[in-house]
Amino acid sequence: MVEPGTFLYELWVSRWAILDGFGTTVLVSMLAIVLGTILGTLVGLVLVYGGWVSRFLVRIYVDFVRGTPVFVLVLASFYLLSQIGIQLTAFQAGLFALVVFCSTHVGENLRGALQSLPRGQTEAAKAIGLTFPQIFVYVLAPQALRQALPAWINTATEMVKASTLLSVIGVAELLLVSRQIISRNFMSLEFYFFAGLIYFLIDYAIERAGKAVERRVALPS
Amino acid sequence: MVQPILQIENLHKKFKDVEVLKGVDLSLETGDVVSIIGSSGSGKTTLLRCVNMLEEFHQGRILIDGEEIGYSGPRHKARKESEIARQRAMTGMVFQQFNLFPHMTALRNVTLGLTKVKKMPAEEANAIAGKWLARVGMSDRCDHHPGQLSGGQQQRVAIARAVAMNPKVMLFDEVTSALDPELVNEVLNVIKDLANEGMTMLLVTHEMKFAFEVSDRVVFMNQGRIEEEGPPEELFRKPKSQRLAEFLKSSKF
Ligand SMILES: Nc1ncnc2c1ncn2[C@@H]1O[C@H](COP(=O)(O)OP(=O)(O)OP(=O)(O)O)[C@@H](O)[C@H]1O
Ligand SMILES: [Mg+2]
Repeated sequence: MVEPGTFLYELWVSRWAILDGFGTTVLVSMLAIVLGTILGTLVGLVLVYGGWVSRFLVRIYVDFVRGTPVFVLVLASFYLLSQIGIQLTAFQAGLFALVVFCSTHVGENLRGALQSLPRGQTEAAKAIGLTFPQIFVYVLAPQALRQALPAWINTATEMVKASTLLSVIGVAELLLVSRQIISRNFMSLEFYFFAGLIYFLIDYAIERAGKAVERRVALPS
Repeated sequence: MVQPILQIENLHKKFKDVEVLKGVDLSLETGDVVSIIGSSGSGKTTLLRCVNMLEEFHQGRILIDGEEIGYSGPRHKARKESEIARQRAMTGMVFQQFNLFPHMTALRNVTLGLTKVKKMPAEEANAIAGKWLARVGMSDRCDHHPGQLSGGQQQRVAIARAVAMNPKVMLFDEVTSALDPELVNEVLNVIKDLANEGMTMLLVTHEMKFAFEVSDRVVFMNQGRIEEEGPPEELFRKPKSQRLAEFLKSSKF
């Protein structure tokens, strides 16, 4: 049926390894997106509502991280953190780098969305007697989140792509697994193409899901 | 003597070093409808915003129903945010740009303050909001979002949102300036109805005919001061000051 030496045969032979790699890619991406979004929300809130000291510090954090290639962040958190006594596995170090990266994008995005809301929204909310926490929860956040959603979806797909960088510190995600398979059977074209297809499908799924959410929360006009 | 529902005493307001309110005194009794007129930059909006505590002020006092708002004591000490939020609900404000919450239906725009500030149960809030939306002729648009409404309709919802809170004084700041001419009257008529029912109002307007018809008193502001104040017949027909006469001539009354 499927002859040894064909792509399908090799794929079948390495199916569990690939599935593992796929699982690791999905896991690390999802964790990075979730944790990065939580941290990024704090970053965004400090950038908009923080006192000047905290705003200044967080601004440095954001600009510094955004000015650094993700690749460097991954290497730094793997090699440098252990130097200062923080022992992390490759997976943890890589995840840490992605979370940091994600938080700056989410934070900037949220800051922009909150600051673009017209001042009249806050004033109208104040005028009916709402307190600031109420204004934020009922008036500002729902509008800002709608506005931030498209860029957030984009960040999520970027995180999946960035997770490939974890292969350089030995995290057995989809790309590293593919390379290990290729080193055995030398079918580089086929397996790289296959890995690429999977990444495409993951991001495609994220984008479609995101678009569906966008449509659901869109305001009638 | 009747206690004024709104009393402004010697109000001074600076933006940086520029003093835009230079000692304003004004007092309204319950049911009074007072229009503020005056040229651009004379401080009309700023005065209204101070009453609603959207601006800080440096000197003077504002009392609503005898209670000093925003600040307390002779040291002009700012009140706590939560205090200020509570006091803001004593006045209702309608803005030039409507400022409806775009992610909420017309009904929810009106009930938000009722449920969150007045802590009313949803049912009661819906009933009150429905009543006010009917009063401004928006019953059939309760479930619409602001983006689906015309400017005039949005402004009527904004009026319903403010009056539903049952404020002691309503503040209107040029609420028809952003509207197409054919939509102006539907909004002015709503305000006139409210005025006729005895609602206390302080309104800034460039609609001189409307000010003439609706007001018990008209206030002419000039360069941060009240230059002239009186019943509309006197102010519009027999202006005392040169400036008011010029202003009226230029504003095609
Ligand atoms: N946020 C601000 N910062 C600095 N200056 C301001 C601010 N708001 C208003 N001013 C100034 O205060 C003065 C009074 O403004 P205000 O908006 O109260 O005038 P107005 O009588 O409402 O005018 P208009 O008829 O154009 O609405 C103006 O000179 C204006 O430039
Ligand atoms: Mg104005």
